[in-house]
Amino acid sequence: MPEGSILTDDFLRELMNVGEVDILVGVPTFNDGKTVGQVVQAVRAGLLKYFPRQRTVIINVDGGSRDGTQEIVRAASISDLRHVSNVNTLRTLHSISTRYEGGTSPGSALHTVFAAADLLRAGNCAIVSPDSTSLEPEWIERLLRPVVRDNVDLVTPIYRRHKFDGLLVSNLVYPMTRALYCKRVREPHPSEFAFSGRLAAHFLEQDLWEQEACQMGAETCLTLSAINGGFRLAQSFLGSRARPEQAPSDLIRALRQTVGVLFWSLEANVPSCSAATESEAVPTIGAEHEVTLEPLRINRKRLHQMFVHGVAELEPILRSILSEGTLAELRQIATVPEDDFRYSDELWVRSVYEFAASYHKAVISRDHIVQALAPLYRGKAYTFLGQNRDASANQVEANVEQLCLTFERAKPYLLEMWNGRK
Amino acid sequence: MWERFVNELSTTMQEIAGSIGQFLPRLMVMLLVVVIGWLIAYVLKSIVRSILRFAKFDRISQDAGAAQFLKNAALPSSTELLSRFVFWVAWVGFMLAGINFLGIAGLEEQISNFFVFLPRLFVALFVLFFGLWAASFFSRAVLLAAVNADLPSPRLISFTIQTLIILFTISMACEAVGIAHRTVLVAFALILGALMLGLAIAFGLGGQDLARRYLERRLQHPKKEEREDELSPL
Repeated sequence: MPEGSILTDDFLRELMNVGEVDILVGVPTFNDGKTVGQVVQAVRAGLLKYFPRQRTVIINVDGGSRDGTQEIVRAASISDLRHVSNVNTLRTLHSISTRYEGGTSPGSALHTVFAAADLLRAGNCAIVSPDSTSLEPEWIERLLRPVVRDNVDLVTPIYRRHKFDGLLVSNLVYPMTRALYCKRVREPHPSEFAFSGRLAAHFLEQDLWEQEACQMGAETCLTLSAINGGFRLAQSFLGSRARPEQAPSDLIRALRQTVGVLFWSLEANVPSCSAATESEAVPTIGAEHEVTLEPLRINRKRLHQMFVHGVAELEPILRSILSEGTLAELRQIATVPEDDFRYSDELWVRSVYEFAASYHKAVISRDHIVQALAPLYRGKAYTFLGQNRDASANQVEANVEQLCLTFERAKPYLLEMWNGRK
Repeated sequence: MWERFVNELSTTMQEIAGSIGQFLPRLMVMLLVVVIGWLIAYVLKSIVRSILRFAKFDRISQDAGAAQFLKNAALPSSTELLSRFVFWVAWVGFMLAGINFLGIAGLEEQISNFFVFLPRLFVALFVLFFGLWAASFFSRAVLLAAVNADLPSPRLISFTIQTLIILFTISMACEAVGIAHRTVLVAFALILGALMLGLAIAFGLGGQDLARRYLERRLQHPKKEEREDELSPL
């Protein structure tokens, strides 16, 4: 069993004291002292309110925080519940906090939670992000209910978000996952999600935890593994997702966690991807998709500048990744004045697929290939922002759908590049 | 007189015949060693070529920037070049060993020197190859980081890193083969010192404003800029 090597003796002792559970909620943390208390209280309230008859445990796995995150979690676990007034629990709700080995990577944190779930024979599990300050007790119910009641294996979230939030997901990760894996999962890299014990055991059995890509983007890895394994998927509308105080400004990290994993996953899955043709909808509980439209101040000019600068400066690198035709088109649009600039869907999809094929062929270091995509993403983001500046929610959705279809149509091009015929 | 001349001549002829009689077997052995050496070197070349092809060495050398260099110099691929190198080193080694059998005075020491030099040559080549690879890898990493951080002159920064690593590699390779040990060391120290002094002067005098702005940014509380990354990519 893999958990023997990853769970510390103290943690094992605590888990044995807990015994078997029905529901396990994992909260991976690293210096999240500001927000984690609120999140843990909401999780407790959700478990006590909606699953009072179940044996439940909250497990906080911490990467070595220095801001007292673990102490805050322990305090929140025994403090009064302000969220629910009439809570009558029939079972003891356990809370455990532990430090995991292996640095602060999301993969190590999830590995610890999965190993604990396997040990406690938890049939229903969920992971929540420690910075989701908008997390309501109802989210726990919406995430876990399909697993508990309908035997769904993986429940990914759908959030109400601003139309310009999550541009990497809406312009690349979602459309490409949908085109290649033929499942319309809106959040392939979920912050909150629920999964069955079956899926946890399946994921634990696989030799994925040692892979660098999986360590970086374990959430994406889990989603793709569930799709490939033929597990039952569902999506659940959770509500508005608060924008974190400090927005995740590291675009490169985001690319590694999502696009890097997506490219990496194709190594093993191209045969099955090439066999499937049309994408299928995933059963969704609640709203399919909601966006908010309030005006935002965005420095689009800087995005354009960074695209132009990136294409010019990275030309030697892009030349080894992209085909001559694609690079020539990129150079050409980089000369277009800002107001007339447009990075078309077709060119964007072709660029991304050529990046994926180059990643497969490892023409240069794979991490460098993922990093080199950043300036192109900025160009696409600039175009998307301009295209949808005054767009309604439906128009934004239609544009994303159009991009998804372009990704699906161009799939043979990727396979052709992949097999080295182009 | 005539009789004495004939005696001397016959003695000399006998000595020459004796020498040739002694030399011929050695020559035969040398030729045998050279021929066997050629066969062994050829087999070695084929083995090395297969291993390098299996390990996709051409791709690694392309990554290191060596492939482009070879192409510009109209040389064969890295795999072919390295396997040919192994062939020639092995064959020359056998040829020298064969010559050793001839027992020519003075050559033996030179031949043993050659065999002492061989490991150092391999170390130098190893250092050179991985140095070039490291220079290419790190210069690309720096270029990507600089472009994505929107730093000015990313190619200059990348080129500087590459040049420094290559200089360092060459000095290490020269030291490994023992070429002009002190000269290389002094030259390296001078170049590095001059480069750093030049950069310091350029940054401090030529780019006073830039230096001030940079230090202000580093030491004062940064003013929050309006950035595209405030839009969460995920």
